[in-house]
Amino acid sequence: MEIPFTVSERPDTGLTNPKFGIWLFLASEVMLFGSLFSSYIILRTGSLDWPVQSDELNITIGAINTAILIASSLTMVLSWTALKEKQFKRFKLFIGLTILFAVLFLVLKIWLEYIPKIHHGHILSTNTFFAMYYLMTGLHALHILGGVVVMIFFWGPGSKMWQTNPDQFVNRIEVVGLYWHFVDLVWIFLFPTLYLL
Amino acid sequence: MSTTEHSRQSFWRQYIFSVDHKVIGLQYGLTSLSFLLLGFMLMVLMRWQLAYPGEVIPWLTFVVIFILLGLGILLLSGKSRPYLALNSLIFFGIAALIWYFTTGEERLPGGIMLPEFYNQLGTMHGTIMVFLGVVPLAVGAFGNYILPLQIGAPDMAFPRMNMVSYWVYFIGGVLMIISFFLPGGAAQSGWTSYSPLADINTGQTMWLVAMLFIIVSSLLGAINFIVTTVQLRAEGMTWFRLPFFVWTQFITAFLLLLAFPSLQIGAIMQLLDRVAGASFFIPAGIIQGGKVLEYSGGGNPLLWQHLFWFLAHPEVYVLILPAIGIITEVVTNNTRKPLWGYPAMVYSLFFIGFMSFLVYAHHMFITGMGTAVTTWFQTTTLIISIPSIIFLAVIVFTLWGGSIRFTTPMLFALAWVPMFGIGGLTGLPLGLAPPDIHLHDTYYVIGHFHYIVAPGSIIAFFAGIYYWFPKICGKKLNDNLGKVHFWGTIIGMNLTFAPMLVQGMAGVSRRLYDGGLGYDHAQPVLFLNEWMTWGAWIIGIFQIFFILNIVLTLRKKSRSEENPWDATTLEWATTSPPIAHGNFITEPFVYHGPYEYNVSVNGQNVPYLPQHKKMDIED
Amino acid sequence: MNNLEKPSSTNHNNRYIIIGVSLLILTILTVWTSYFTATVGVSIAIALAIATLKGSLVASFFMHLITEKKLILVILFFTVIFFFALIFLPFSDTMNNVGIPNDY
Repeated sequence: MEIPFTVSERPDTGLTNPKFGIWLFLASEVMLFGSLFSSYIILRTGSLDWPVQSDELNITIGAINTAILIASSLTMVLSWTALKEKQFKRFKLFIGLTILFAVLFLVLKIWLEYIPKIHHGHILSTNTFFAMYYLMTGLHALHILGGVVVMIFFWGPGSKMWQTNPDQFVNRIEVVGLYWHFVDLVWIFLFPTLYLL
Repeated sequence: MSTTEHSRQSFWRQYIFSVDHKVIGLQYGLTSLSFLLLGFMLMVLMRWQLAYPGEVIPWLTFVVIFILLGLGILLLSGKSRPYLALNSLIFFGIAALIWYFTTGEERLPGGIMLPEFYNQLGTMHGTIMVFLGVVPLAVGAFGNYILPLQIGAPDMAFPRMNMVSYWVYFIGGVLMIISFFLPGGAAQSGWTSYSPLADINTGQTMWLVAMLFIIVSSLLGAINFIVTTVQLRAEGMTWFRLPFFVWTQFITAFLLLLAFPSLQIGAIMQLLDRVAGASFFIPAGIIQGGKVLEYSGGGNPLLWQHLFWFLAHPEVYVLILPAIGIITEVVTNNTRKPLWGYPAMVYSLFFIGFMSFLVYAHHMFITGMGTAVTTWFQTTTLIISIPSIIFLAVIVFTLWGGSIRFTTPMLFALAWVPMFGIGGLTGLPLGLAPPDIHLHDTYYVIGHFHYIVAPGSIIAFFAGIYYWFPKICGKKLNDNLGKVHFWGTIIGMNLTFAPMLVQGMAGVSRRLYDGGLGYDHAQPVLFLNEWMTWGAWIIGIFQIFFILNIVLTLRKKSRSEENPWDATTLEWATTSPPIAHGNFITEPFVYHGPYEYNVSVNGQNVPYLPQHKKMDIED
Repeated sequence: MNNLEKPSSTNHNNRYIIIGVSLLILTILTVWTSYFTATVGVSIAIALAIATLKGSLVASFFMHLITEKKLILVILFFTVIFFFALIFLPFSDTMNNVGIPNDY
């Protein structure tokens, strides 16, 4: 007996196993980042000397990074529709763009935010604001990095599956896309919380 | 995978890095049972200290016992069963660990227990039992092995991820053991690891790293269980035809999925406090040994408790729900009648799962929370006791009027009912804030939760092992040895845990390395320490009958029938053990509910109606 | 269901582009409003409202939730409830102490 619904959808749920699996993973990630937001609220409301965040963080860079991530979300979903339209070259273009946007996000974050701050002496142990800032954005950045690694795989060697099993390949890109949109969604909340409020 | 491909698999692929849920289930089973034994042994050392504070622990006796047990297994297995013989290594390993504890000056110098080592034992006993013992056995072993079979699936939805789950758990377990050997020893801040103590105490860093692995393992497993249960049910296996065991695993998986992330974050934060100088949980101006520590401060120790208990309360339902599932299977099978109130059980399960996220701060009643918050948690906690009562009531009503077969698994299942009843009832004064003020952090709490986990969950796991052993190995465990194991265990457990309730009500605090010796109010109940230690010994000695039973049975060449219990659920619809790849020779189709015992078909009484047999039941 | 449907998705692609542009506009709006609002409560409310709107657009359209069947939506519904429990229950304890420092 083969394991059913690895590529085709189960009629009553409308889901393939991998798509269901990634949604469940994302549900746990909601609780993961939720714990961080909850901790942030507690630490900030319990603090007498929480710094003015917009003094410590560069809103322009944060906003640009937000735009970059939104653009990458768009190119990600367009790479999936390209595959559904059997436009393999367009898929490669759009997922390539997604990767570039993601790398740009990380470059801006590390070179224009983290490194200057560290040189300034603002590190995890400086105060609880910086501890939360590094933890929340750092964990988010690790998620971006993970996504980039997977996307590079599917842009490169993994794309061979388009020849051997196109249905499964389309599904895999959809699954990657769901993960990627979630990472964008987290940043949509992180940005105002850390930079604007 | 065809049989020729299967036989071409290397030893490593087939037995070590297998993707077959049955092999993985057995890996989880063996590993978790070993950890349960280790956790038990740590407790035996503690109990000796509590009964005879400051006296020399008879460590050599314990070492010799374990060496003899290991040799016994070697001898009984002999050359014909080399893999069985390998299990002796577990016993030799524990013997070696006990001996190691006596070396150096920081643990048992001269056989006398240092208080810091008592704290390590207490912390690691709790940690190992909960995270490396009970949950992996309940979910990783029973769940992995039985769930796909009971829903008629060929395997789990993600077999490779299943394999990864096991090995990540294994790494976490190894790291926990290694922590005993590091400078400063293992974690010693309680399994609850409260800040700020855990932020600055020794041994905690490795504990945190190990927990990160263990949590990842659980999350991957939870995803697998949920997708499998929803997507891989055989045709005809509708939701309300599922065995209740499957339902409990399903809800448990959601608890693991959605509650563990908060401890993952808490653990990362505590780790950063320890290694990166962060102050998530560290207040300003914290002093250790007369010196002000170099922290920025501004952290909140209670934040740790909120993050910890947000997981740890649903975690206790993870400990008990699979047990309730196992008991339901054994009880229905041995009363030869359908479950009285299947829908009530399922809805109660949903309700308890949902509520479990809303009650957690009843562990924090004495932290100075305001009255409104306290009232919320007290109210939700009392409400959550209702589904448990429904579970017990349904099982009792199922027993009523049944033809009870007193098989060995059924003995454990019957004993489970009053034991879980005691465990649950003793929780009520803890769930109400006013009595909790008196009882919090006393032995009453320890008695309460041990009643639920030991004569609760563990008894249920024994029931499950005796029940499903013939499925897994094709042979039944010996009934006589089983009955001896049962009586000794039950008596030993009650002797160990009942006095805790008494000591707690007298005000004896938990986590005291001298068992209350230094306190006036504890004097009248100190004598109970010795009773409890003897209870622990009794539990230990009678497990020898269990181990012996397993070894002797595995050694036998004869096989029992494929469905020796005349059971109806799908796991019995295939060979014992099930065929290696795909479980079922032909895909099963489900026609009935899971507990059609003694039903009427065409005017005839059918003693049991397997789910996959096409026959029309009349009402 | 065949994954490789006939290309009626130029409409879909346009829809995605429109959503993407809306998200960018809303980002500008988020930053702009942060300069003007006075009280803490109002700033938080506006920032979160816009973020929630953006998040809903991503979830509904990019993540196709708007066309999903019930199961995922039910699971996410309960996840959101537990998310709110995680945000508000600990806060309901510590908010009694707002203004009193963590390490008082």
